[in-house]
Amino acid sequence: MTNPSNHAENHQDDGHGHDHPGMLADAELSYYARRARAMESLLVEKEICTPGEIQAMVERIDARSPADGARVVARAWADPQYQARLLSTPEAALAELGYTLPETTPKLAVVENTAEVHHLVVCTLCSCYPRNLLGRPPDWYKSLAYRSRAVVDPRGVLREFGLDLPDSVAVRVLDSTADLRYLVLPRRPAGTEGLTEAELAELVTRDSMIGVTEARTPERAGV
Amino acid sequence: MPQVHDRGGWPTEEPIDREEHILADWERRVDAMHNVLSEKGLRRTDEMRRAIESLPPEQYETMSYYERWTAALEILLLEKGVLTAGEIDARFAELERPE
Amino acid sequence: MTAMTATTDAPTEYQPGDRVRVRVDNPGGHFRTPAYIQGQTGQVAALCGVFANPESLAYGGPGQPRQPLYRVEFDQAQVWPEYRGPASDKILVDIYQHWLEPAASPGE
Repeated sequence: MTNPSNHAENHQDDGHGHDHPGMLADAELSYYARRARAMESLLVEKEICTPGEIQAMVERIDARSPADGARVVARAWADPQYQARLLSTPEAALAELGYTLPETTPKLAVVENTAEVHHLVVCTLCSCYPRNLLGRPPDWYKSLAYRSRAVVDPRGVLREFGLDLPDSVAVRVLDSTADLRYLVLPRRPAGTEGLTEAELAELVTRDSMIGVTEARTPERAGV
Repeated sequence: MPQVHDRGGWPTEEPIDREEHILADWERRVDAMHNVLSEKGLRRTDEMRRAIESLPPEQYETMSYYERWTAALEILLLEKGVLTAGEIDARFAELERPE
Repeated sequence: MTAMTATTDAPTEYQPGDRVRVRVDNPGGHFRTPAYIQGQTGQVAALCGVFANPESLAYGGPGQPRQPLYRVEFDQAQVWPEYRGPASDKILVDIYQHWLEPAASPGE
């Protein structure tokens, strides 16, 4: 492996700020981007995989988004029996909505936020996240600062996200270190009795399903 | 002293930077390569974690997320004999030359 | 993935409600038990399932015997001496059985 320190000047230019990050010529890419490009081209040449397989996987991963999780949460809010199934047998409940998770681990677990208990999810060791339901994790979830602080100072972290919880609400941090991925079922906001399931889903943000915020109120969401 | 990846409770008051970048094409493709190789039985999540954890601590601290994934991919492909260092270096050098 | 010819499971040793202590260890390779929770005593909240051992999987091994995985609940105020929050705050960590040992109940 070439020593990355020899490529410090390239290392700085990771293409993030470029208007068309996918369109950079190879020579303009950062050290690691070119390293990845080199491996991809060799894997294809050796028929380990095809460009089509990689592209199809990119699209499969891109297709997952917090909208999927929001749809599940909205159904749970609208149907208490569905909510009970989602909490007790999440994989079967997701299958009802057409989400079939891979047979292999990780398994999904759903935890419910209430007036008394607030859950917050972190992975201190890496970046475990319910990708099948929420897509790729946000940058801050993978940051060293979040991974360090979420366990020792969850209330301080929540305040940074705009949520100042009273001491009457117990904060429960889930460090998802192993074979489970956690989805937070946020509290249903007040004043949402007349909303349709699609309107309810508009209130469910990605961050509320990680537990760093609550769901949006109808006023905030403009529903 | 915990290992560099074992971050829980490390002393820091650093605010959470909530700015999010749009993933570059190469980052999405690295993500996809890991998943494709996983489906082919050529890579496991725990192997990939172990490879990331084996990076020198100062590199771990300064690399971006998908840079770590790229370095781990290289470690695993070499270890499994799927690719050789010479092959990757040669292809890499070709990519360095502007067309 | 390697074909699993014989799957063996370590027998489940704990039940929800049991008090457990997390072993302090550094097996020298890949493991999934964060340093901050090692040595801490908590209560089993749930059995999450039985899973191949990541300490073996990480090196191409079969992960056998598979290990029961528990969600263990700890008092934040006990884990972090400097913790700023009420006594009801908890931290829950998923821990494989071979990292746990029985602990006495409070008051025993």
